[in-house]
Amino acid sequence: MSNEQTTTSSTQYLTFTLGTEVFAVDIAKIREVLEYTQVTKVPRTPAFMCGVINLRGSVVPVVNMRQKFNMTQGEKSVNTCIIILEIAPEEDGGVVVMGALADSVREVMELEPNQIEPPPKIGMRLRTEFLKGMGKQDGRFIMILDIDKVFSVEELSAVQSAG
Amino acid sequence: MNVEIDTSAFTEEAYELLSELEDSLLELEASPQDQDLISRVFRAMHTIKGSGAMFGFDAVAEFTHEVETVFDMARNGTIPVTKQLIDLTLAARDHIRSLLDAAASGDAVDQANANRIISGLRSLSPDKKPAGGSTTPAAPTGSKAPAQTAAAKEPNIFRIRFTPNQDIFGTGTNPLLLLNELRELGECRIVAHTEKLPDFDDLDPEVCYTGWEIFLTSEIGENAIRDVFIFVEDECELNIRLLDRDQVIRDREESKKLGQILLERGDVNASELERALMPLGDRLVQAGVVSPDKVRAALTEQQVIQEKHDKKKTAETATSVRVPSDKLDSLVDLVGELVTMQARLNQTAGTIGDHTLQLIAEEVERLTAELRDNTMSIRMLTIDTTFNKFKRLVRDLSTELGKEIELITSGGETELDKTVIDQLNDPLVHIIRNSIDHGVEGPDVRRARGKNPVGKITLAAIHSGANVLIRVEDDGAGLDANKLRAKGIEKGLISADDELSEKEAFQLIFAAGFSTAAKITNVSGRGVGMDVVRRSIEGLRGSIDVNSTLGKGTTITLKLPLTLAIIEGLLVMVENEYFVLPLAAVEECVELSRDDVKKAHGRHVINVRGDIIPYIRIRDRFEIEGNAPEIEQIVISEVDEKRIGFVVDKVVGQHQTVIKTLGKNFQHSEEFSGATILGNGGVALILDLTKMVRYVEEEELHELEVQ
Repeated sequence: MSNEQTTTSSTQYLTFTLGTEVFAVDIAKIREVLEYTQVTKVPRTPAFMCGVINLRGSVVPVVNMRQKFNMTQGEKSVNTCIIILEIAPEEDGGVVVMGALADSVREVMELEPNQIEPPPKIGMRLRTEFLKGMGKQDGRFIMILDIDKVFSVEELSAVQSAG
Repeated sequence: MNVEIDTSAFTEEAYELLSELEDSLLELEASPQDQDLISRVFRAMHTIKGSGAMFGFDAVAEFTHEVETVFDMARNGTIPVTKQLIDLTLAARDHIRSLLDAAASGDAVDQANANRIISGLRSLSPDKKPAGGSTTPAAPTGSKAPAQTAAAKEPNIFRIRFTPNQDIFGTGTNPLLLLNELRELGECRIVAHTEKLPDFDDLDPEVCYTGWEIFLTSEIGENAIRDVFIFVEDECELNIRLLDRDQVIRDREESKKLGQILLERGDVNASELERALMPLGDRLVQAGVVSPDKVRAALTEQQVIQEKHDKKKTAETATSVRVPSDKLDSLVDLVGELVTMQARLNQTAGTIGDHTLQLIAEEVERLTAELRDNTMSIRMLTIDTTFNKFKRLVRDLSTELGKEIELITSGGETELDKTVIDQLNDPLVHIIRNSIDHGVEGPDVRRARGKNPVGKITLAAIHSGANVLIRVEDDGAGLDANKLRAKGIEKGLISADDELSEKEAFQLIFAAGFSTAAKITNVSGRGVGMDVVRRSIEGLRGSIDVNSTLGKGTTITLKLPLTLAIIEGLLVMVENEYFVLPLAAVEECVELSRDDVKKAHGRHVINVRGDIIPYIRIRDRFEIEGNAPEIEQIVISEVDEKRIGFVVDKVVGQHQTVIKTLGKNFQHSEEFSGATILGNGGVALILDLTKMVRYVEEEELHELEVQ
C-alpha cells in the first residue's frame, strides 16, 4: 500500500493535535501554518467545511478536522491554527491549496520507516484509508495521515452531495 | 552547420496566414470575380512560401509554390476561379497546415495526398505547356498593377501658391470660395500672405492684396487642383508643386547635424551653440530677406510634411504587438491584486478620515478603474475568428451529408474575453454540428415541406449588459417535445407521469447520453455532446437556452459573461456576512418593512410601483442566524428576463470585484460563482443569481408537490 513508498528513507512530519490526539502530515505537503483568522462560511456546504479565508489574495477553503473525523467540537483558543496544505488530486497534475483547522501545532519530527507501523484495521474510530501508518513517540501514538486521501475531491464532494 | 533558429515566429505567422487564406477562399467562393480577393489569396500563399523557404521549411515552400503557380494563372485570368479550384486550394491549405504540424511534431506527412492535390491543380491549368511559359512573363504585369494603384492611394502633398491679380474682385470672383473648394479635396492648411496689405487708410476694398499658400494632402492628382482654378487661371499667379519628401526627411534624420558634430568635437560649447542657433526664420526676417508671412508659410510646409511622415510612422507601429497570453494573464492577476489593495486603501482612508488621504484614495481609485478597464480590453478579442472557422465547418460537413446549408454570421465584431473565446469553440462546434446533422433536413425533404432547399444556419453575437448572447439558429426540423419526452422516459430521466413544459422537454437534450437520432453517424448522434456543451458553458459562468418550433427550426442561445476576471459588483450584508451581486443585473434597491411583509400575508412578493415582484430572502436561503433588522433592503435584479428581488440587511455599495474561484471542493455549491477579497481582508461570496433562482424554483415546486 502507500506506506511502502516511504520505506526508502526517513521523512519529516509536522505533528498537530485535535483534542488530545496527535496527528502527523508529511512536511512536503505543508505550505505554511497560519494563526486562526476569521473564516467566511459558505452557506449550504457540509458542516466540516469551515468556509474560506483570504490567503494573501487567493481564496482558500478550510476544513474543520475535528468535524471531518467526527470528533467532538472544541473551543477556539490562542493555539488554534490553520495548516495550509498542498493537495495533489489524482486526475490532473495541478495542486489544490486547502486549509486544515487544528487545535494546535506541535513540532516537526523525523520518523524512520521502521518506526511506522501499518494502521490496525479495526478499533480506530477512523476510516483507515485516511492513515498512512501509526508512529510512536514517548509511548504515545501518532496517526500519520494520507492527506491526499483525506482531502481528495471525491471525498469532499461525495459527503457534500449526501449532506 | 547546425544553428538553432527560432522558427516559432514563422509557424505562428503561417498559422495566421492560413486562417486568413481560408477566410479569403471562402469569400472568393461567394464572389469568384473579386480580383482583390484573388490577390489576397495569392499574397498569403506567397508569404508562406517565402518565409517558409527562409526558415528551412522546404517542404512547405515547395508545395506552396505549386499551389501558387496555379493561383497565379487564376489571378491573371488564364483560368477561371471555379469551385474545383477553391476545393483544391482549401485542401492544399489543409495540407500546408499538416506540413507545419508535422514539422513541429516530427510525424510523417501524407505525400499521396499532396500529390493528389498538386496533380489536381495542374490539371486545371491550360493543357499546352507553352501556355505555362506565357504566364510567366504575364506575372510581372499582373503584380505591377496593384502596385500602381497602391501608389495612387498614397496621399500626396501639394503646395499651391495662389496669388490673385489685384483686380480679381472685379470679375466677381471670391477667392475664399476657391479655397473652400480646395478644402473639400483633402486636408488643407492655408497660410495667407498679407504683407502687401496697405495701412487701413490706404486700403481700397475693391483691390485684392492677399495671396495664399495652400498645403493640400490628398489622393487626387494635380489636374484636379487645376480644375478648381480653371476660371481664374488668367487672373492669378498659380504655382502647384508636388511635395513628397519622405525620402529627404528620412535622410536628414539619419545624418548628424552640423552643431551636433561641432559639439562632439569640442569646437563649441552648448551655450555658444544655443546663441548661434536662433531659428533660421527669425534670422532671415531680422536680416530683412523675407517677410514673416513667408517664413510662416515655409514653416507650415515643413509641418505638414512632418505630420504626414509621423502619421505614416504611427500607422506602421500601431498595427499590433504579439504578446504571449501568459504575460497577459499575470498582468490581469496583478491588476486584480491592485484592485483589492485599492479597496483596502479606500476603506482605510475612510476610517482615518484625513481629507488629503481621501483625495489620494479617490485618485487611485479612478486610476485603478481605468487600468482595470484597459487591461481587460487588451484581453478582449472579437469573436470574428471563431465565427469564420465555422464557415469551413458548415461547408465541409454539409457537402459530406449531401445537404445544402448556408451559414450567415452577424455580430462578428463583438468582443469577448480571450479565455471565453478559447473555451467557446468546442461547444459551438457541437451545437453547429448538431444543427447540420439533426436540424437542417436534406434538400429533398425541404422541398417536400415547401422550404427553400438551401438550409440556413445563423450565427449571431450580440451584447446584452455585462453578457454576450450567442445565438445559433437553424431553419430545420425543430425539436419534437413529445419525442423528447418519450425518449426521456425510456432513458429513465423522467418518470412517465411527469408533466413537462415544452421548455423543460427541450432541456432534456442536455442530459448525458441523450440522443433521439435514429442512426449514429460520424457527425453526431452518440448522445455525448450537448451535456458537455452545457457543462463547458456553465464552466464559463454562462447559461444555455433552447427554443424550438417543430418544423420551423431551433434556436440555441448561449449567454456568456464578458469577462471572467473582474466585474462590477454590489456589496451587500446579511448579519455579519458579505455577499456580492453582479451589478450589471441590478436594477434598483427598495426597502422592505415589516408592514410590507404583513400586507403580502407572508408570501414572498412585493408591490413595486404596481409591479408584483417575488423575492428571495438571502437570510433564509443561507440559514444565517440572527434577527433581521426592522427595515430590510430588496435588491431587484433581472434574472432570466424576470425581475426578482433579493432581500438583504444592508446595501454597502458598489464594489470592484476580482473573481476568485472557490476551487474544486466547492463545485457543488453552485449558487456562488466565486469569491472576492474585501478591503478589510475578509472574503465575500459572489452570488450566481440565475442558478439561485433556478434552485429556489425547483425546491418550491417540490415542496408544493409534497403538500
